[in-house]
Amino acid sequence: MKANPSDVFTGTYYIDGDVAAAYGALAAGCKFLGGYPITPSTEAAEAFARKAPYVGAQFIQMEDELGSIASVLGASWAGKKSMTITSGPGYSLMMENIGLGAAMETPFVIINIQRSGPSTGVPTSTGQADIMQSRWGANGDYEIIALAPDSPQESFDFTIKAFNLAERYRVPVMFMADECVGHMTEKVVVPDASEIEIEPRRFYKGKKEEYIPYKRDKDLVSPIVKAGDGYHLYVTGLTHDERGYPILDNLSPFNIDQAKVRNKKSTNQYLVDKIRKNKDKIIELQENQLDDAEVVIVSYGITSRVSYRALEQARKEGIKAGMLRLITVWPFPDDRITELAKKVKGFVVPEINYGQIVFEVDRCSHGEANTILVPHGGASVHKPDDILGAIKKIMADDKKYDNIVEYTTSLEKQVFKGCLAEKIRKRQR
Amino acid sequence: MESVQIQQKEKRHPMENLLRMDRMPHIWCTGCGIGNAVSAFADALAILDFDLDKVCVVSGIGCTGRVAGYIKVDSFHTTHGRAIPYATGIKLGNPDLKVIVISGDGDLVSIGGNHFVHAARRNIDLTVILVNNFIYAMTGGQVAPTTPIPAYTTTSPFGNFETPSNVPQLAEAAGAVYVARWTALHMRRLTYSIVDACKKPGFSVVEVISPCAMYYSRINKLGDGLDMMRFYYDHSMIKHGEPTDHLEIDYQKEIIVGKFVDRERPTFSESMKKWLEG
Amino acid sequence: MNEIDKAFLTGTHHLTGSQACAEGALSAGCRFLGYYPVFPSFDIVVRFAERIREVQGVLIQMEDEISAMAAVLGASWTGKRAMTVTTGTGFAQMAEHIGLGVMLETPCVIVDVQREGASEGNPCSPGAGDMMQARWGSHGDYEIIALSPNSPQEMYDMTIKAFSLSEKYRTPVALMTDTAVSNMKEQVKIPDLKDIKIDTRKYYKGKKEKYLPFKYDLNDLVPPMVDIGKGYRFHVTGLTHDERGYPVMDDACQELNVHRLIQKIRLFADEIVDFEEEKTGDADVVVVSYGATSNDAIKAVHQCRKEGIKAGSFRLKTVWPFPEKKIAKLAKKIKRFVIPEMNYGQICLEVERCARGDAETQFVFHAPSKVGESDHITKLIQKAMKK
Repeated sequence: MKANPSDVFTGTYYIDGDVAAAYGALAAGCKFLGGYPITPSTEAAEAFARKAPYVGAQFIQMEDELGSIASVLGASWAGKKSMTITSGPGYSLMMENIGLGAAMETPFVIINIQRSGPSTGVPTSTGQADIMQSRWGANGDYEIIALAPDSPQESFDFTIKAFNLAERYRVPVMFMADECVGHMTEKVVVPDASEIEIEPRRFYKGKKEEYIPYKRDKDLVSPIVKAGDGYHLYVTGLTHDERGYPILDNLSPFNIDQAKVRNKKSTNQYLVDKIRKNKDKIIELQENQLDDAEVVIVSYGITSRVSYRALEQARKEGIKAGMLRLITVWPFPDDRITELAKKVKGFVVPEINYGQIVFEVDRCSHGEANTILVPHGGASVHKPDDILGAIKKIMADDKKYDNIVEYTTSLEKQVFKGCLAEKIRKRQR
Repeated sequence: MESVQIQQKEKRHPMENLLRMDRMPHIWCTGCGIGNAVSAFADALAILDFDLDKVCVVSGIGCTGRVAGYIKVDSFHTTHGRAIPYATGIKLGNPDLKVIVISGDGDLVSIGGNHFVHAARRNIDLTVILVNNFIYAMTGGQVAPTTPIPAYTTTSPFGNFETPSNVPQLAEAAGAVYVARWTALHMRRLTYSIVDACKKPGFSVVEVISPCAMYYSRINKLGDGLDMMRFYYDHSMIKHGEPTDHLEIDYQKEIIVGKFVDRERPTFSESMKKWLEG
Repeated sequence: MNEIDKAFLTGTHHLTGSQACAEGALSAGCRFLGYYPVFPSFDIVVRFAERIREVQGVLIQMEDEISAMAAVLGASWTGKRAMTVTTGTGFAQMAEHIGLGVMLETPCVIVDVQREGASEGNPCSPGAGDMMQARWGSHGDYEIIALSPNSPQEMYDMTIKAFSLSEKYRTPVALMTDTAVSNMKEQVKIPDLKDIKIDTRKYYKGKKEKYLPFKYDLNDLVPPMVDIGKGYRFHVTGLTHDERGYPVMDDACQELNVHRLIQKIRLFADEIVDFEEEKTGDADVVVVSYGATSNDAIKAVHQCRKEGIKAGSFRLKTVWPFPEKKIAKLAKKIKRFVIPEMNYGQICLEVERCARGDAETQFVFHAPSKVGESDHITKLIQKAMKK
């Protein structure tokens, strides 16, 4: 389905990633934003607040992030495409309700403009340290989809993608931008509405009496309904069967519905299976010079832009380097990494954190390729020289690593006068 | 050309032993009233003559949240909205400490609203200095639960329509034993109010109406910090004992200040002690 | 009887896992419990409440899990050993404050009595769905220590160990248990006070004016701590800070602050990691397990041995930091790891990573309803080894 022309502010702009994300959300048909101000995401909420009355969208600044995410879930069940915008500490506060949203299979989008952490950290600066949290932050088992843009244009485009994926798979989608992309001002082209594909909400179209809330199609996704349409909906975070009723009920001998219940199994398995089964349709990667590559840079978000520079330099120096950019970070492209690991010497994983996605890369390589992490605490981006240094190290090392190797960056050398880990190990011996 | 060196006898301000001079200058903007609150607090501490080693300041996130970083006592800059439960933990962990919470309207009434209500209900022995500048200044000027109708902020770009919180009424209803409000202009009265609040056992709240020159008054074209102080001079009325439901702050109208609640209730620690012994 | 004596019920008792946990906390010197009532962690609170008059401790029911964790952090800074108890949903709520605890380097213990399923889940059923959450639940970079007991005796012992590790490394420690272990009732031996080994936080002993809250030495990367109210007039903040505890907003300070916090645990992982091996010497297949599942896993190993399959057991007592080196070493000798978990695959991912392709890894869903049964694990091992 094409976007609604009244939602799309067609034109060419010079805006930052935060504002572009807000425009993207509106173009995708988002009609509800429950937010709470947190640096560095405030510009996105403010842009949405300015435009909301013109497109019939609702903006509310809630009392805190817990209120924000709860209101987003509510609005989604009222039939609106909804989202919230936050950063690290706010994201942590939202975890319980993200779990609730995942368990209820509520479609919504969270825009996380990551900042340096942990805790209050450096609020006005960049980081990529929430990426594992987006996958594992809430309790219990569930799967989510996470996207990582590397420019304001991608902030616009990927927000639309995020909403489409959320509606398609009835899953929370995490838009993991970072402060650098969020506050970077670049040209953003908002095309005509007829060029924007959006996924409408897949409402149930059958008979009311035959409606079974979690009866799934071949993709393991169930059509949704909204409050107020007469379905007498019951949605709960308690482990439930396909009727949406808690399975605890099924244990009761007084439950008169026992005989009528087709399938008393809990839906927990499907929360993970519906994404795992459809991985190939969801995963999106960008590959650069991988055909003859001997070393591959695996990056996402703002770090990819720095990695391009390192890649260019490496090729100039005759090193057969390539790059794999994760557009969808979750679900992780296990198979592609395993495939590449068989051909290449190693993977260089630059991240603005002390190791998160690198664990996944290392896991999927099954010991067939070496993995080097180029860490960075945050508050700035990598230096291309550090990534290049890591590439050279992998090419120079012949032995197989027995674990992930952490590259000593120039910043670490500057702050600790050398490699901190080496210093400690020397003392331990 | 020779440079002229001016010899000056080094003088120290009496407040310097209460402030972390190694962190000066502070981050607050010209025309901000938080500095006034800090000065009043420092003066109050000097008057109270507490053992400063036993004083602890806890603040949350926001412009006022930075106060903890400048006061030279054991101080904690914690998470947004959770200064009060953190302070509760400290007070219960060591009842000999004098624990003071200094934070802003967004931090204490919005995200921290739940904790504000419960600490008042329990009557934890804390003194809360709530600096109210009607806006979320640190994050760039968003609407706050105390923003009057119809003020403009970045997230109420067409004017705020939400009814603002009446902080003294909220505090009284929740169970606070001492509630007062002053503006950043009323420095002496504010100082003595803080002294009374600190001396009183139980949950005391002193609200400080403060200008925000960078956001609130600039976005609403109300002038700078000095203009706001003139406004307080012309529009504040001291009415001690006024019923708290009369204390709403309407946009650019009269601000009622004074001491509104001063009552006795057993504190949490007193009740707990009785129960443990019983 | 003085206060310390009353805390110790030296002797042999018949306790549930929850009661044993509360006793462990009291034996470790914990005198502050801030909590929010949530099933199934509530039983720990009940025991603590019964004993609190004897030991003059503080028990406070806060208005939510967020404030419970905040109160625990505050109390820890007054020198008290402090703890909170919760379940999955509460643990998710505490994420921000666990981050604050890491940043302020505050010793404290969080007991997570896991239940089945995402969100509210199935409150009465055990689960292990929070294992990855313990490691990655909060935002930003940090390392955490997480322990996993499998019996009431271990609940007692590991609670003491949790306090000890939190004091030594100045970090929050998570005790990851579940409804199965917390409801088991078994014999628990509580030793004499003099036989309890527990570390205390490193206190600063120098001049007050020279105190720098986050100045560390290269021996352990742990800065010495002080209590509030002793005249040090220190300031701590969740913002990235330098040695003085004052916020500095640049990448060099972020590197100085956060890199050290990470390495404080990572580089000393060998001292922290704890596991129990059985029959791995000549094993072809090793079952890696933790918590309640490990009881069934070990039974399966014994059943396999009876049928001639060379099975061994590797039980994780500390789940984080993960015993990377040990798994990698085992992988070189054996054919396969089998990892039963009460979730849809969490710790098995770490096992797969550390195996580095030297051994196959196979995940087994150990349904919560099957706690106490081991046949399905045994059958799976038999089937796998036949190939």
